[in-house]
Amino acid sequence: MRDTRGNRLLFQIGAILFALLIANLVLFLAGAQPFAAYKYIALGAVGSWDVASNVLVSWVPLLLATSGLLVTFTVGLWNIGIEGQITLGAIFTTWAMRLLQDSGWNPGIILTIAVLAGVLGGTLWALLAGALRTFGGVNEIFGGLGLNFVATALNIWLIFGPWKRPGVASMSGTLPFDRSLWMPIAAGSSRLTPATIAIAIVGIIAVYTMIEGTYFGLKLKAVGRNPRSAYILGISTWQNMMASFAICGVFAGLAGAVQVTAVYHRLIPSISSGYGYLGLMVALLVGYRASLAAPVALFFAALNVGSIQLPIVLKLDSSLAGVLQGTLVLFVILGHGVRARLLKKTKRTP
Amino acid sequence: MRNISKLFLLLVIALVAGSVAFAQNVPPATGPNLTIGLVMVGPYNDHGWSQANYEGVQYVLAKLPGTKLVYIDKANSADRPGTTVSQLGESLVAQGAKLVIFSSDDMTDEAIRFAQDHPEIFVILTSGSQQWKEGKNYLPLPNMINIMGKMEYMKMVAGVAAAMTTKTGKIGYLGPLINDETRRLAASAYLGARYAWVNYLKKDPAKLTFKVTWIGFWFNIPGVTSDPTQVADDFFNSGFDVVISGIDTTEAVAEAAKYTAQGKQVWAIPYDYAKALDEGKGVSLGVPYFNWGPAYLNAAKSAINGTWKNHFEWNDPDWKNINNLDTSAVGFNKGTLSKEASAAVDKFIGELGKGLNLWVGPLNYQDGSVFLKKGEKATDQQIWYLPQLLQGMEGQSVSR
Repeated sequence: MRDTRGNRLLFQIGAILFALLIANLVLFLAGAQPFAAYKYIALGAVGSWDVASNVLVSWVPLLLATSGLLVTFTVGLWNIGIEGQITLGAIFTTWAMRLLQDSGWNPGIILTIAVLAGVLGGTLWALLAGALRTFGGVNEIFGGLGLNFVATALNIWLIFGPWKRPGVASMSGTLPFDRSLWMPIAAGSSRLTPATIAIAIVGIIAVYTMIEGTYFGLKLKAVGRNPRSAYILGISTWQNMMASFAICGVFAGLAGAVQVTAVYHRLIPSISSGYGYLGLMVALLVGYRASLAAPVALFFAALNVGSIQLPIVLKLDSSLAGVLQGTLVLFVILGHGVRARLLKKTKRTP
Repeated sequence: MRNISKLFLLLVIALVAGSVAFAQNVPPATGPNLTIGLVMVGPYNDHGWSQANYEGVQYVLAKLPGTKLVYIDKANSADRPGTTVSQLGESLVAQGAKLVIFSSDDMTDEAIRFAQDHPEIFVILTSGSQQWKEGKNYLPLPNMINIMGKMEYMKMVAGVAAAMTTKTGKIGYLGPLINDETRRLAASAYLGARYAWVNYLKKDPAKLTFKVTWIGFWFNIPGVTSDPTQVADDFFNSGFDVVISGIDTTEAVAEAAKYTAQGKQVWAIPYDYAKALDEGKGVSLGVPYFNWGPAYLNAAKSAINGTWKNHFEWNDPDWKNINNLDTSAVGFNKGTLSKEASAAVDKFIGELGKGLNLWVGPLNYQDGSVFLKKGEKATDQQIWYLPQLLQGMEGQSVSR
């Protein structure tokens, strides 16, 4: 078999078809008509301006998380700890907002400081994961998972302890911030915030440009392909790894800040909304190519928002959207694996 | 001068136009064939709070042919990450709902946001108090009604059942999160237990142990809340032989059944849902439950015929028959009770119906400070916003 563009496309289409087949089977076993389910998911995602804007609201933190992960994947790191980094971003944002909410300062200034605080929180937590990897020899997957647990515990402690509502510790989170401190909402929408969309778009363009068009991006790729060779060629491995963690932390922190300032307007126990793990799936699905991240993240966000219709209309569990996302990623990766194996076999054959 | 007059006129017009634009009116009558949206915090079939709400709306559907229900359950950020409750409410509106019921106090922030963003939709915030003029958090919203049943009475009945049954004199209360509502319900159970202990059993109140352990939410969320199964086990393993559940799910009953099957006779009292007894035959002493049907029916009728008015209602049981599903907002279904305990429960319900009030001084807060002086009766506000547990109760009063 030859490694042609057509072959690659064929494998990808095959993988998607297989994923759909499995998803259909699951839907069928759940007693649902697959096409009805897809129809309602589609209607739930693009059926009206309101739901479409909900998709965009969900797209922003997902794309930010994916953007950060593309950088760590470029140096060959699995930054599982991104969930914790999003959480710390949200915690730092909330902290700044709580400190400044009664200051009388211009809301724009408070929001800017809060977002920057979120960036700081995400970056520090990512650097901690990076330091564990670089200086402690702790694999970033295990270190990241551990730090995720610590971040969740810290978040819950704050919500149920020092930052609780007066007399009440509630799963619904801290007291909401005043509407004047919400990220400005677009006219005609109840929750779409243009500023955060701009941040996400600028972010993914910056990541694309950095990876594909800069010397720094080239160095990251070199470390990712073969750290030893890169080191021999004079590229500092650990510095670039730490830099990639820091950049991912910036994006994770931004995602956390968006969750607090534009989505929930308070700190809630599951403030990361699983966007870190979902971002990992998007990055895997696009094969770490920044150019595809935005549309695929949009598709995943649409699936998430659209799937709310499943329990409402078809009385199905909305986690079926997760099944579809998971099988899609699994089969695309499997497709890559099978193709690579076949290529290897073909090369060996004289 | 003319310019100033013009400016003044423009200002007046702008103010009038502005006030008209921002004044929120009652939504127009929906007419028949109303679609009701129901947002539930837990699964619709949880045998607890959410199911009681779900069946409350089913009652409306049965009484008002032509009405429809669209619902979304598990509306909490752990089960539906990335969504907000107001967004879920909008999904129901997209399916035709003109009246949306947010059936948990935990949805307060989002329900208020939804009501403000959608003045054309009727909103019920169950167990909230925002539309209570005399309440602490009064926020008039023309399209919102708050509904709650006087569960305090039925928790007192549960307390009586527990006190009449315990052999060790140790009653556990499996509490959800700590807030005004949960404090006053736990305190009510204690008041009922103490009343039976002193007046029916003629025992020393100092020898009654009543301990509250809070898990952190209305149901178990692994990794976030304490595990209610574990908490129930801890009670049963440390000499408590009756556990009154204050959470939305039935772990206490399941654990009581398990321990009893292993030869250690213990009991539990579930909560919220009239048929929750089905799960713990032989170990459930009874269930204090909400009957949302009649109140939801009234609200739906007022949305249909245009008589809706924002208000707060805290509905009484029907003392003629607390289990009358057409008239009583709360009830108590008796379970496995001894003859003596069953008679005591009936007697107590009779006394309550005749005006017995346990919220009368002398009563102290848990920290020893005076809540009610001798003979002083608590106001509705003092009960609703109970700031601490009562003296004689063990457990946290406020979240630390």
